[in-house]
Amino acid sequence: MSDSSPSPKLLYCRCAYAQVVPQSVKDGVLAKLCDSGTSFESVADLCEMAAHRDERLKAFANTTPIRIAACFPRVVRGLFRQAESPLPEDGVEILNMRVQSIDEVSEGMLKA
Amino acid sequence: MITHTARPLRVVLYEGTGAIALSAPARAQVLAALLDKGYAVTRATAQGSTGFPHDDRSLLVLGQFQNQQAPDLEDATGKVTIEARDITGLETLDIVSLVEKARGNKPMNQPGTWKPWFPVIDYSRCTNCMQCLSFCLFDVYGVSKDGKIQVQNNDNCKTNCPACSRVCPEVAIMFPKHQAGPINGEVVNEEDLRREKMKVDISSLLGGDIYARLRDRSEAAKSRFSKERSADKALEERKKCLTKMAQDGFIPAEVLASLPSPDEIMRKAEEAQARAQAALSANGTPA
Ligand code: SF4
Ligand code: SF4
Repeated sequence: MSDSSPSPKLLYCRCAYAQVVPQSVKDGVLAKLCDSGTSFESVADLCEMAAHRDERLKAFANTTPIRIAACFPRVVRGLFRQAESPLPEDGVEILNMRVQSIDEVSEGMLKA
Repeated sequence: MITHTARPLRVVLYEGTGAIALSAPARAQVLAALLDKGYAVTRATAQGSTGFPHDDRSLLVLGQFQNQQAPDLEDATGKVTIEARDITGLETLDIVSLVEKARGNKPMNQPGTWKPWFPVIDYSRCTNCMQCLSFCLFDVYGVSKDGKIQVQNNDNCKTNCPACSRVCPEVAIMFPKHQAGPINGEVVNEEDLRREKMKVDISSLLGGDIYARLRDRSEAAKSRFSKERSADKALEERKKCLTKMAQDGFIPAEVLASLPSPDEIMRKAEEAQARAQAALSANGTPA
């Protein structure tokens, strides 16, 4: 990313409604985000928001560049599309807390 | 039917100019506790990028403010109510109660009472064949104005039942809260494609060779079907089916128990089939 690019917004999904993301990973990633000193957004559960067509999803989708710590990218893109706020192809990075390690996700979220 | 999210407020943990930052562990604890209760939380510092546009009508700003004095805040547009509270010296639980108190009795969707269980379509794989629409007896699927398959009534979906993912020949149906791949959204590989193409035995799910009968759409076939289906036989077949599905661990027993009566199944399956066929012909695809 060039110096003139805006820094990406960060969004963390807690997966609080059914908790398919391992507890240790979501706690670990949250702790690293909190340690970092940077601003970020966090939501209880993107699935719940998509189920109810939450308008905030539109706001997130319209705010690129964005990095999202949640789960499988296919799912995250599908959820946004289902809520009629598709994520653009470019400027979106999705980190997967179901399979990636705490370090991989937090480094992906916080890299310069 | 989509019920809308109740969003009484958004919490902002403010650590920018004029506020003292929380310790890292305290910050993480407060965030986790609020998120686990269902709140959306913004952490705002002088660093990094916040400021997602949002349509929240009410913001609750928490911070360790100078002199333990929460500032008076006002939205210049007058559209958003902003309240600030000082949290100096408060433990996580106290902060959560403070937020709950500020919310009052305004309703909010909260974890623990409901599981967001519904299909999500991967449109990069979907070929719009409408098989999911024909299959689902609970009207979860519909067709958009431009003729595309759509999940329209996600609240009708039966919790923990991913059966329709098995009828999709393209492995395009995901259930985000499912444990196993590729239904959980994992990347689809060749082996998955081969395996998932072995479709659910719909006849056993519905307690009879209903699809063959639907293909043979003559009145005679329909009446034969109705006569054959004594309540006892249907029950027997469902039990057989339940045992099989339970052995597979694929469909929860409650779903099978909640299937409509055989006649109702027949009616719904025909309706869904008709909708799928109408959509396919409108799209110019042979049914
Ligand atoms: S998007 Fe993924 S991580 Fe977020 S709530 Fe849904 S399943 Fe959980
Ligand atoms: S069965 Fe699969 S490919 Fe066919 S319309 Fe449904 S999601 Fe798309």
